[in-house]
Amino acid sequence: MSQPSRHRVIALYKQLSYLGREYPAGSDFFHKKLKSAFLKNKDLKDPAEIQKRIDLGDYVCKEIEAMYHINKYRAMKKRYYEDHEAESLQQKLESKWASSEGTPLKK
Amino acid sequence: MSNVRILVACKRVVDYAVKIRVNAAGTAVETANIKHSMNPFDEIGTEQAIQIKEALAKAKGNAEVVVVSCGPAKAQETLRTALAMGADRAIHVETNDELQPLAVAKLLKAVVEKEKPNLVILGKQAIDDDSNQTGQMLAGLLNWPQATFASKVELTDAAMTVTREVDGGVETIKTTLPAVLTTDLRLNVPRYASLPNIMKAKKKPLAKFTVADLAVDIKPRLETLKITEPAKRQGGKIVESVDDLLDKLKNEAKVL
Repeated sequence: MSQPSRHRVIALYKQLSYLGREYPAGSDFFHKKLKSAFLKNKDLKDPAEIQKRIDLGDYVCKEIEAMYHINKYRAMKKRYYEDHEAESLQQKLESKWASSEGTPLKK
Repeated sequence: MSNVRILVACKRVVDYAVKIRVNAAGTAVETANIKHSMNPFDEIGTEQAIQIKEALAKAKGNAEVVVVSCGPAKAQETLRTALAMGADRAIHVETNDELQPLAVAKLLKAVVEKEKPNLVILGKQAIDDDSNQTGQMLAGLLNWPQATFASKVELTDAAMTVTREVDGGVETIKTTLPAVLTTDLRLNVPRYASLPNIMKAKKKPLAKFTVADLAVDIKPRLETLKITEPAKRQGGKIVESVDDLLDKLKNEAKVL
């Protein structure tokens, strides 16, 4: 890891680690994956390549936040709103989110 | 509008993803060692206040977002979450007694009289007791206009246009300020507090009051007789033949 991006990478790791505490498949599962994903790139030297990975990490952060929000939103909708109106509105909102956030990313 | 103060009420509730269990005595829901978080509707309220603040900042205006929570010491975690989202300061009304909507409304009224906000935002209901009363009661106690179940809010000079979710559609109303606003699910998408912001939130001011400081009577007016879990869903059955099905519908389900 080159020095200038060191701080940025550590901050990204911390943020992802923090987000992973609520991961539906379990925080252990998430943290194993997180660690291996970062270790895999530990020998990168090219600054442009490192920046690309950091951008990817930021994108994953956004995706996880969006996923948490959608999970919570759906739970609320299921509990408090009638099905028929819920479905049409859910479709409308999801298409809105999809257009603003791009497609979900597999980690 | 140049200087606005917005008060947001937040409640710490059992997290939405936790399976709720009733205690052995059937008097309350188990809350010990269970994950708690901010009531989702209050998150939406906090987000709305921050969005108003951001919009005003662009128009060279100024807004202060004050979050308030009533409850035991751990309610501070919820306040810190709201501060991490972007609220400016927090007020904690500490009590270990049971708080019913009327008591919370009275406490909030006392806080409103201290803080003199232009707008009070609450979630439409908490996901633990589902009362949907506090906002309405607060508006009644303050004798302020109320806009409940908001799905869209527009602030102009000393007035507010709110689109409300009502049965079978939406209703648009206009009120003067100060007013009480309660949020519905579709008002906005609450932001996720980032780790650096959570660290910064630890340094934001948090004022503590006791119920005695505010001189409010919080005695419960309602008595909980019993709490039970919903009936367990019975598993499906595979029937052998049409006759069997008819027999089961007649004798077991009693729908024929």
